[in-house]
Amino acid sequence: MKPDLTVEIAGLKLRNPTMLAAGVLGISGSLLKRVAEAGAGAVVTKSIGPEPRAGYPNPTVADVRCGLLNAMGLPNPGIKAFSRDIIALKTLEIPLIVSVFGSNPQEFVEVAREAEKAGADALELNASCPHVKGISEICQHPRLLSEIVKSVKSAVTVPTVVKLSPNVADIAETAKIAEDAGADAVTAINTVRAMAIEIETGRPILANKTGGLSGPAIKPITVRCVYEISKSVKIPVIGCGGIACWQDAIELLLAGATAVQIGTAIAQKELKIFKSVASGIQNYLKNKGYKEVQEIVGLSHQY
Amino acid sequence: MEIVKTKREASGIKTILFRDRRCAKAKPGQFVMVWILGVDEIPLSLSLTDHKGHSGITVAKVGEATDILYSKAPGEQIGVRGPYGNGFETVGEEALVVGGGIGLAPLMPLTEALSRRGVKATIIAGAKTKAALPFIETINSYAVASHEVHVATDDGSYGVHGTVIDILKDLLGKRSFDVIYTCGPEDMMLKVFNIAENHKTRIQACLERYMKCGLGLCGHCVLDPLGLRVCKDGPVFTSEILRKSSDFGKYKTAADGRKIPV
Repeated sequence: MKPDLTVEIAGLKLRNPTMLAAGVLGISGSLLKRVAEAGAGAVVTKSIGPEPRAGYPNPTVADVRCGLLNAMGLPNPGIKAFSRDIIALKTLEIPLIVSVFGSNPQEFVEVAREAEKAGADALELNASCPHVKGISEICQHPRLLSEIVKSVKSAVTVPTVVKLSPNVADIAETAKIAEDAGADAVTAINTVRAMAIEIETGRPILANKTGGLSGPAIKPITVRCVYEISKSVKIPVIGCGGIACWQDAIELLLAGATAVQIGTAIAQKELKIFKSVASGIQNYLKNKGYKEVQEIVGLSHQY
Repeated sequence: MEIVKTKREASGIKTILFRDRRCAKAKPGQFVMVWILGVDEIPLSLSLTDHKGHSGITVAKVGEATDILYSKAPGEQIGVRGPYGNGFETVGEEALVVGGGIGLAPLMPLTEALSRRGVKATIIAGAKTKAALPFIETINSYAVASHEVHVATDDGSYGVHGTVIDILKDLLGKRSFDVIYTCGPEDMMLKVFNIAENHKTRIQACLERYMKCGLGLCGHCVLDPLGLRVCKDGPVFTSEILRKSSDFGKYKTAADGRKIPV
């Protein structure tokens, strides 16, 4: 018999542990639908704020070989316009998680309420965008993070995930703060603050000068963060950052993640990556004699 | 990347040449993200690739970024990422190439590729005026090189007094083609598509959208309802796709992700 790939996160049932990461493709309902059709277990939208926002001027991305650097600046159509996309995705066969940002607890609550009303199955609070002032610092301010999570939790009934920043001294401690404030799960990690300079002219490449690094370069950081977080909290951890193949996904499950998010790797491997990672996990479980994903979650902690 | 050479193509239109091994091997219809240092980064079709390792982009002055790019001289620096996108597929023996204004840019390397394959192409090129028509010399050289060339200007200052659409209707009334390749203003391409549909002729259209990443990640260049990305699934789309697209000729996505008219 084939091992069971389904996992459960805060009441959400995923047909397999792969998810689309926030910020990638999720600005359009039709693209989210395409990702679902490609086999993902769940999708996370682009981060949505209270008002339309154009983001930063280009260049918003820089190819840095070991990964991808970006400073999009949270472009999004605002929750009012995006609600129409959420409503249109009612028939989506997998959980739709709306990524939410705001510059204060009230804005988080406003967007969260609207997203829930439109039909979001869960929320992921972006408390960690590394290149937008105000939002990048949320994880560095325990009291603000706690207040945001508590406010949102008391305003909505859908599961609420908190996406954490690696740009803190102790990410396990940040995760604990989110858990204590009522978070149903955490996603780790958002991009790592980084920079690239063009050497002929000496000019920073990104219009915003600094941005967030994603891709293969940050995977070992993700593994370390997931490992540390899953030791310190009881809520599920979703691993995100640099996953480009099924082996990466297995590594994160062993480190303590219940599911994994994929983003940057889509540029290289296209949408078929969701199916190939899911079937890779299934083969691994079968070869090792496991019946379900949960059996290997956090297995590395025994050593 | 250093600009090697520039060439004025028409009023407010210039080709900028640089050296890049990957771009020199690009397929016709592929594009690059061009960084105008300190200003912006924009997608532009490759309008020239040669065996000497030269690649070219052709820019029309339509705003701040393109104005500044237009003013760049040899020796100055630009950033180039790519090539990206699918490019044209050269199919069939009887090819019709329909281009309007700056939209002629990706059709230039395409026509070269058709020549190399020994395909006899019929080219319809148009612009508002003679002064605004880029690549005149090259297009005229195609007429000598066994291709058939038709030119139209809105004001009649060069070629036929009219539009590429007038010539297209006329030609399709008389004979048939295996494929129509087109690039230009989107309302023009929509007309080309509709006329081609009536004549049961397949087209390949090269589309343009606002882009941030060019890598298939940001989603800003999406075509609904299929969720196709112009940067990765395009920029060249066939009739089969265009038939199903509710955005083609109508909507594009703005920087903030909202749909606005093309």
